[in-house]
Amino acid sequence: MKKPNLSKKSAGRFTTYAIVAAAWAVLEIMLHTGLMSSHMQGLLVPMAYYAIVAVGLNLCVGILGELSLGHAGFMCVGAFSGALFSLLTAGKLPDGLRFFLALVIGVLLSALAGFLIGIPVLRLNGDYLAIVTLAFGEIIKNIINALYLGIDSKGMHVSFESQAALNMEPEGQILINGAMGVTGTPHDSNFTIAIVLLLLSLVIVQNFIDSMDGRAVMSIRDNRIAAESIGIPVTKYKMLAFTVSAAIAGMAGVIFSHNIATLQSTSQYFGYNVSIMILVYVVLGGIGNIRGSVIAAAILYMLPELLRGLNKYRMLIYSIVLIAVMIFNWAPGAIEKRTRFFDRIRKGIRNGAA
Amino acid sequence: MALLDVKNLSITFGGLHAVDDFNLSVEEGQLYGLIGPNGAGKTTVFNLLTGVYKPTSGTILLDGRDITGHKSAEINKDGIARTFQNIRLFHQLSVIDNVKAALHGSFKYSTFEAMFHIGRFSSTEKELREKALSILRVFGLDTVSEILSSNLPYGQQRKLEIARAMATEPKLLLLDEPAAGMNPNETAELMETISLIRDKYKITILLIEHDMKLVSGICEYVTVLNFGKVLAEGKTKEVLANPEVIRAYLGDDE
Ligand SMILES: Nc1ncnc2c1ncn2[C@@H]1O[C@H](COP(=O)(O)OP(=O)(O)OP(=O)(O)O)[C@@H](O)[C@H]1O
Ligand SMILES: [Mg+2]
Repeated sequence: MKKPNLSKKSAGRFTTYAIVAAAWAVLEIMLHTGLMSSHMQGLLVPMAYYAIVAVGLNLCVGILGELSLGHAGFMCVGAFSGALFSLLTAGKLPDGLRFFLALVIGVLLSALAGFLIGIPVLRLNGDYLAIVTLAFGEIIKNIINALYLGIDSKGMHVSFESQAALNMEPEGQILINGAMGVTGTPHDSNFTIAIVLLLLSLVIVQNFIDSMDGRAVMSIRDNRIAAESIGIPVTKYKMLAFTVSAAIAGMAGVIFSHNIATLQSTSQYFGYNVSIMILVYVVLGGIGNIRGSVIAAAILYMLPELLRGLNKYRMLIYSIVLIAVMIFNWAPGAIEKRTRFFDRIRKGIRNGAA
Repeated sequence: MALLDVKNLSITFGGLHAVDDFNLSVEEGQLYGLIGPNGAGKTTVFNLLTGVYKPTSGTILLDGRDITGHKSAEINKDGIARTFQNIRLFHQLSVIDNVKAALHGSFKYSTFEAMFHIGRFSSTEKELREKALSILRVFGLDTVSEILSSNLPYGQQRKLEIARAMATEPKLLLLDEPAAGMNPNETAELMETISLIRDKYKITILLIEHDMKLVSGICEYVTVLNFGKVLAEGKTKEVLANPEVIRAYLGDDE
């Protein structure tokens, strides 16, 4: 039989997909055989969408080399725009199509937000992006938190004061009720859909990295002046990578809003602390290591939740795991052992297939 | 008409006239040297020619076209490529990816094709890889193509920078101290490579060098810079025999 002729890079990509698919299969089996507590069942979708944001953020931090502290803000844009679309079209469109379009809208609007932020910031050379994205995330969260939005036969009503100030007709529909947020978004997402979208974002980001566009972006990261000297349009590629990164966070936001009964624009979901939590996943998973982001997001999101039972030792175990993950991903010796381990597995698979 | 025609080029940093009323004319096919003591302004001339700095005054003509004030990336498209005195490789990329990055302008597929590895992606990447390997082969780097560029020995890093610059198919190649930090063997080999690429690709080369042996060995013409000003220019042998040039070198350098 002909040996599969995969380059090392594409073999690495497929290993990532295989890990995600295997994790999905195991968790699905547990889900359907009643082996999973209801508490844990509720954690599956969040685990997947935080992994998606981590993949998107790693494109910005690890591949482009720009720090963003506002990816929760892009999630917020995706979550609310997607939810509003689904509310407005509920009952008018088939469920599948409606969710697909909600995804498209959430992705486009968060991409637009990333693009608009990028125009002034990314043409500068310096670490301005972190501070601007931090501000963006907080501002968007607070604006939506204060926003009242309704629709009736006369059209849209907007207020930043109260629901009464909307002056709605009695049969009108409240879309965003200030700090109370959005209720009644159809529950269109589930674990399998979230995993499919995680795989999609992995395909996009990993393929992007291994292409002319990705090499252009990484050359800017490694040495901007040298990248310019070989004719690479620096601002264009910074904008491209950042916009894609924001769009992926927005996609995660759409999954988020279609998995929660009441969508509120609070710090708990969209504050800078969330952006930093995702940054921690990226850093501990390995800056520029896309597979690492997924693994770190999954473990570090699940762990504190699963350890709730062990009240006293919970933070202790969590810290030990943090350190272990850090060593696994960053210590040169561990990297070497790990690479050899995966190489051996790959060789094993190849020999098995031959 | 000269390929590169620089007229009255000046730049000041604060009060310092780093380059002062600099003139230079390089004919097509020449291997031209730019020499001078430390801090004379040689690298600054390169930075002006490649758009890293904007000149305070003066004009730069390439092939008769005014390129003064163009941005770096544009100037590369205009036909100038360069290397750097303090090596600037894409250190987290492999050797071959450094060259592939520089082939960016000669190949094309859309970002969508890049994201899904569809359409023109596979065939273009295959051509791109072959092209990159053929360039690396000229510099004897094809055997280390998959190594991380920062893991190359120093001499090979300098060669890779030249290979990367050559990948953009320039009319004019600027080399900033290509032999710096090399041992005599590496230097001799490098001189051969430089002459070889000049003949093989029929390009024009302007190089900054401290190593007088290298300069007199391969440059037909030189310009001597001192305190930002042109001290002498002309045939290498004659210029290097010029007492003023000798004095500038003895005074500042040796
Ligand atoms: N960006 C800058 N800002 C301020 N001064 C600068 C800048 N770049 C260069 N200079 C100054 O301009 C002068 C010329 O520097 P340059 O690097 O061009 O010299 P050089 O001839 O290349 O020297 P060397 O042989 O040491 O490389 C120096 O005095 C340097 O300090
Ligand atoms: Mg210099």
